[in-house]
Amino acid sequence: MKAAVIVFPGSNSDHDAFYTLNGVLGQPTEYVWHKDRRDLKDFDLVVLPGGFSYGDYLRTGAIARFAPVMQDVVEFAKFGGTVFGICNGFQILTECGLLPGALLRNRHLKFVGKKVAIRVENTDTRFTNTCAMHEVLINPIAHGDGNYFADAGTIGKLEDSGRVLFRYCTESGEITDEANPNGSINNIAGILNDKGNVAGMMPHPERCSDPLLGANDGIKIFHSLLESIAVES
Amino acid sequence: MMFTAKIKIMPKPGVLDPQGKAVMHSLETLGFKGIDETRIGKFIEIKLDAASKNAAMETATSMCQSLLANQVIETFEVEIS
Repeated sequence: MKAAVIVFPGSNSDHDAFYTLNGVLGQPTEYVWHKDRRDLKDFDLVVLPGGFSYGDYLRTGAIARFAPVMQDVVEFAKFGGTVFGICNGFQILTECGLLPGALLRNRHLKFVGKKVAIRVENTDTRFTNTCAMHEVLINPIAHGDGNYFADAGTIGKLEDSGRVLFRYCTESGEITDEANPNGSINNIAGILNDKGNVAGMMPHPERCSDPLLGANDGIKIFHSLLESIAVES
Repeated sequence: MMFTAKIKIMPKPGVLDPQGKAVMHSLETLGFKGIDETRIGKFIEIKLDAASKNAAMETATSMCQSLLANQVIETFEVEIS
């Protein structure tokens, strides 16, 4: 699996993503600078990493969306390429319309940085095929704008078509309001596009993909990507 | 001709505005009575050169649609002077 990690000014999880893909999984991985135009067809996976691109000015992800390389990311996604947005990457994907909805300010207005439990809601996807249905993964979150919002019609479509990938839950897997760290509708922590090739999530699997870090649940998502891309090629 | 576009961006009705809520609670704590709702948006002023008032309006509207507002969660109003 050949992976590209897009680097924006203000990305801060690009090295974590690179380390997971290259250091842990041993996959050829390249950084791609936001100002470069690149034909991404050579890659199997494009990761939009976490961070605070362009200082979160105007709205999170709003300016990054117009970075030159984003035209190539959109093109890559159009032709079925696998795109994975983590945290700020998720915000950028909603801003550029590759994923529906938007990420609002956390309901308590505070930046939240802690480990949370998320439940896998669909295992028939490129991003979760090595997880068990309703498996609980412990992942860190670190965001001020992670409150997933979409109009009722969009939420209904996401729910009915199995496009909610993860929900915030208790450690035993219950979906409760207390387990929701930011006010997201239906505890949504991650979603999938209609074609199944673009996903975004607020938690950081790339920050818990090495046992040395004391948490290893995130690696399952990268193993899933590896698995599905191996099957395709 | 130089025009000034005054752009008001507000969270759509029904979209949670936690900032507005927090400010409303603070106002109530200060003793202000009768507040029904507080919503917080953005105000952007752009000075631009355009052939006519209509052209300036068109440009500013296009700016809102493409970058300044996210129409999933926000509405915008443009005033040209």
